[in-house]
Amino acid sequence: MYTFQLDIVSAEKSIFSGSVKSMVVRGELGEMGIAPGHAPLLTSLKPGSVRLIDNNDQESHYYVSGGMLEIQPHTTTILADTAVRAEDVDEAAAIEAKEAAEAAMADQNSEIEYSRAAAELAEAVAQLRTLQSIRKKAGK
Amino acid sequence: MAVGKEIRTKIGSIKNTQKITSAMEMVAASKMRKAQDRMEATKPYSQKIRKVIGHLAMGNTEYKHPYIIEREVSRVGFIVISTDRGLCGGLNTNMFKDALKSMKQWQDKDVEIDLCLIGSKAGAFFSRFGGNVVARKTHIGDAPTVTDLIGTVKVMLDAFDEGRIDRLFLVHNEFVNTMTQSPRVHQLLPVEKDDDDDLKHHWDYIYEPDAKELLDVLLVRYIESLVYQGVVDNIACEQASRMVAMKAATDNAGDIIDDLQLIYNKARQAAITQEISEIIGGAAAV
Repeated sequence: MYTFQLDIVSAEKSIFSGSVKSMVVRGELGEMGIAPGHAPLLTSLKPGSVRLIDNNDQESHYYVSGGMLEIQPHTTTILADTAVRAEDVDEAAAIEAKEAAEAAMADQNSEIEYSRAAAELAEAVAQLRTLQSIRKKAGK
Repeated sequence: MAVGKEIRTKIGSIKNTQKITSAMEMVAASKMRKAQDRMEATKPYSQKIRKVIGHLAMGNTEYKHPYIIEREVSRVGFIVISTDRGLCGGLNTNMFKDALKSMKQWQDKDVEIDLCLIGSKAGAFFSRFGGNVVARKTHIGDAPTVTDLIGTVKVMLDAFDEGRIDRLFLVHNEFVNTMTQSPRVHQLLPVEKDDDDDLKHHWDYIYEPDAKELLDVLLVRYIESLVYQGVVDNIACEQASRMVAMKAATDNAGDIIDDLQLIYNKARQAAITQEISEIIGGAAAV
């Protein structure tokens, strides 16, 4: 019985790595089963489970929230997304990042105040340290 | 005994500080190990995706994605990754210095700069220093997810798509080892070509739906994974740097305590000697 090497990786971690006999994934254009010796293929995946049968005929399931499937002559890789990606969700995140930048711009006063206070504090600490070293010399 | 009260209080307070710094050192050491693991875990994804992109770009000469084409530079974008918290030695400062150096090179050529800041230290630094901040993300924590970064990356990618920026750089600290972290500036967009011989395969993929759409998605994922890697790398650097800084602080506190203890003992002895001589002097007078 032939097997092929399968790696499921996401940007955050490696999810699965090992040799499998076959697997079934949800591709962009429908479900597909992959057996050893499949032609090189590149396709995007829909959120769904990856069903695979390993060397010991054990069936296991992994959930991927979309991603890419790449089949090379000897190895197969699933580049899994870590979260369900949708245009409007991404857009909302982008707007949030922009707003955070704008809010920080508007709030610059408080940061300047803070940095002034920090500078004053640093000066006071330096003075204290000088005093201490003078005292230390006098002590010796 | 009244003589050394001040010194004793001082020793007490330094001892308390020492306890805190040594606790922080230990916390940073354990967090660093986890951060290093996380850093390792991100590598396979970006390596794989880079290979696929290289293959796609090679195989599809008729379609050139905008992310691959070099263009005239009139404005550049910088994504600067800093830590959220301080007390980690010169980590952020060194990185900002490098970032400013490379920004200066662009400014000398009359190229304007847009900034995207990740981490609160970068926010604080650039609000003092000035700069056009277009996106910002703070409080990413010790275990960030890609989802945390999608927004900031998208702002910059959109800017690139719309032609508002012509080049995109990423600035972060690179984890070399526990003692060494070096700031690094590297170009994200346009994607630099990688002349790897491995990529010159003699076979081509079957594409579903088609190569162009796949390339679009892959390139975005690739940039995201690089930024994510930068963030994770920077966290490992933060913990390593904090560990070293806190170790130095703990050692320094120990030195100061030793010195103060010596002064205290001397003062105490002087006081005793004086008392004895006073008693003897008194006895002699009687």
